[in-house]
Amino acid sequence: MSTTAAVRPEIKASADTAAPPMLEAIDVTRMFMVSQGFMRAKKPLHAVNGVNLSIRQGEVVGLVGESGCGKTTLARMLLGLMPPSSGSLKIDGQPLTGMRRRDVARLVQPVFQDPYSSLNPRKSVGSIIGLPLRVQGGVSGEEEKKRVYEMMELVGLARRLFDNYPSQLSGGQRQRVAIARALINRPRMVICDEPTSALDVSVQSQILNLLQDLRRDLGLTYLLISHNLAVVEHMADRVAVMYLGRIVEQTDTDTLFRNPRHPYTEALLKSVLTPEPGLGVPDTQLGAAYPNPLNMPSGCRFHPRCARRFGPCDTIVPRPLVSAAGMVECHLYDDDVKKEAAA
Amino acid sequence: MSDRILTVEGLEVSLPVPSGTLNAVHGVSFHVDRGETVCIVGESGCGKSLTALSIMDLLPKRARRAARELTLLGEPIVGVSETTMADLRGNRMAMIFQEPMTSLNPAYTIGNQLEEALLRHRKVPRAKARERAIHLLERVGITAAEQRLRQYPHQLSGGLRQRVMIAMALMTGPDLIIADEPTTALDVTIQAQILHLLAELQREFHMGLVLITHDLGVVARIATRVVVMYAGQVVETGTAAEVFGAPRHPYTRGLLDCIPIPGKTKRGERLGTIPGMVPSLVGQIQGCHFAGRCNYVIDECRAAPIPLEATPDGGHEVRCIRADELMRGGFQPAESVA
Repeated sequence: MSTTAAVRPEIKASADTAAPPMLEAIDVTRMFMVSQGFMRAKKPLHAVNGVNLSIRQGEVVGLVGESGCGKTTLARMLLGLMPPSSGSLKIDGQPLTGMRRRDVARLVQPVFQDPYSSLNPRKSVGSIIGLPLRVQGGVSGEEEKKRVYEMMELVGLARRLFDNYPSQLSGGQRQRVAIARALINRPRMVICDEPTSALDVSVQSQILNLLQDLRRDLGLTYLLISHNLAVVEHMADRVAVMYLGRIVEQTDTDTLFRNPRHPYTEALLKSVLTPEPGLGVPDTQLGAAYPNPLNMPSGCRFHPRCARRFGPCDTIVPRPLVSAAGMVECHLYDDDVKKEAAA
Repeated sequence: MSDRILTVEGLEVSLPVPSGTLNAVHGVSFHVDRGETVCIVGESGCGKSLTALSIMDLLPKRARRAARELTLLGEPIVGVSETTMADLRGNRMAMIFQEPMTSLNPAYTIGNQLEEALLRHRKVPRAKARERAIHLLERVGITAAEQRLRQYPHQLSGGLRQRVMIAMALMTGPDLIIADEPTTALDVTIQAQILHLLAELQREFHMGLVLITHDLGVVARIATRVVVMYAGQVVETGTAAEVFGAPRHPYTRGLLDCIPIPGKTKRGERLGTIPGMVPSLVGQIQGCHFAGRCNYVIDECRAAPIPLEATPDGGHEVRCIRADELMRGGFQPAESVA
């Protein structure tokens, strides 16, 4: 694996537009029934509520939002680990519903946040990385060992760690094991759920570099879920911002960071603390309270925290507005609603 | 000198481990003046949390603490009785931890826990304590404070719990607050709000604030002075402008290179890395603790302990014998300089 590649201007070109999208979510909703207490009726909670997301082959899409916004529920559905309540999911052009979990696993693999809890402490490194091969079957023990060694080399793990246990590894090494396990069946796509949040910064940069190298060398597609906007900015071609179960803004990374349109995106960008002294701590002007998802605000779900709300925000649900600048769900950009409010 | 709140001189913390003695904190010195925010920053295992705990005398039982000087408002806090210490703790100095859920008692109401600090340390009637609790909850941005007093910790969100912890720390009007990763468990938007609040309160109550964190972004934005720790030692210290504007220790430089900055680092470009791993702190390390991972290492680095030395720019100090030379040479790797 080369470690010298610098900037890669061909990123955009590498996203293939002619082929079907690698992964597609069409109006996907996931509802849970939540208990309100003994003898009280259960209430529906829409963790994901009408999400449209399309990821092209070779693209890196960043998904950002606060905890509880539905990022992880969406990821679990995209991995085929949980069926949507309504809407459809397509992977490489085929509907995901009805596909065998094993077949989904060949195409999409996850890398989770916490490499301390996502690796079985009783299995050796070699056994953990080789497990997906044994699940898919048809690989001899010798072949498995060979491929595990190849994979370990690819992710930068020393061969001598083959028989070690996760507890003997550092955080960065464990995340490399998780990545090797995700890649051993050569999936087309990897869903990284906060892949570096549990790591120190010096280790985070190593893992991010590794993910970039692997993407280039293996032609992978990534969905990168993170609350760290600086990381998303660095890695993603396109960003989707999620709030209370919906994608409220979606556009290419440069546009989003230069010209955020949704007030929530603006607040998120403002809260990025970069190591630049003298800038002070930003005032995000977001009210403190994240709304209770069981008791969704009326109209625009963001209006109680929005600094730029006006007339129709608490009554009319904003519709997705699609233009060359991307998609945004906000009345500020809806001329019809604004005209009506002015009248 | 009356403005000096905390002085730490030559702090040592060691822990017995099966293979010997782990020297977790090794000769750490810093001070905090009234109205200052001092940030101790470093990666896991650098000794920043143990430094905080040893100021509060809350170290694990088996840990051994020693210091040339450890004083709060000019009074020594080493070798004092447990009762004296308990009086200082929560009264003159308070601590805010990373995970408010584990530091709040789930079986007591918020009100109970807030009032306790004041009832324990001051002779005030309960009604007065309640009044202050409501006032402070409102001050930290909690609405319907009176109703909140009757709630239990699990009924609050993470951000609200951390606000309650901050209000609790302020109950007795302490001179020093030590916050250990106060925003690490929170969402970015909430993190900005909490830091904003801490900075505001620190000015308003004219306290000293020690903030322990691994997040250089937080440090750059909030610190009056920065203490960078690596493997149990202070490797660089100075104002935020000095440390971030002109980092002199190869470790500080390396850390800053690891962090992507929107608009500055190019997308997809390789981020800087610090190769290798933190050395084992069991036993003594010859010479520079960072030598094994440093791009600029020379033989002298490993020969003898490296002192923390002042740089030409005033209060800025660095523990690197090549700091001046590297600064002049624009940090060219060892081969090309030698």
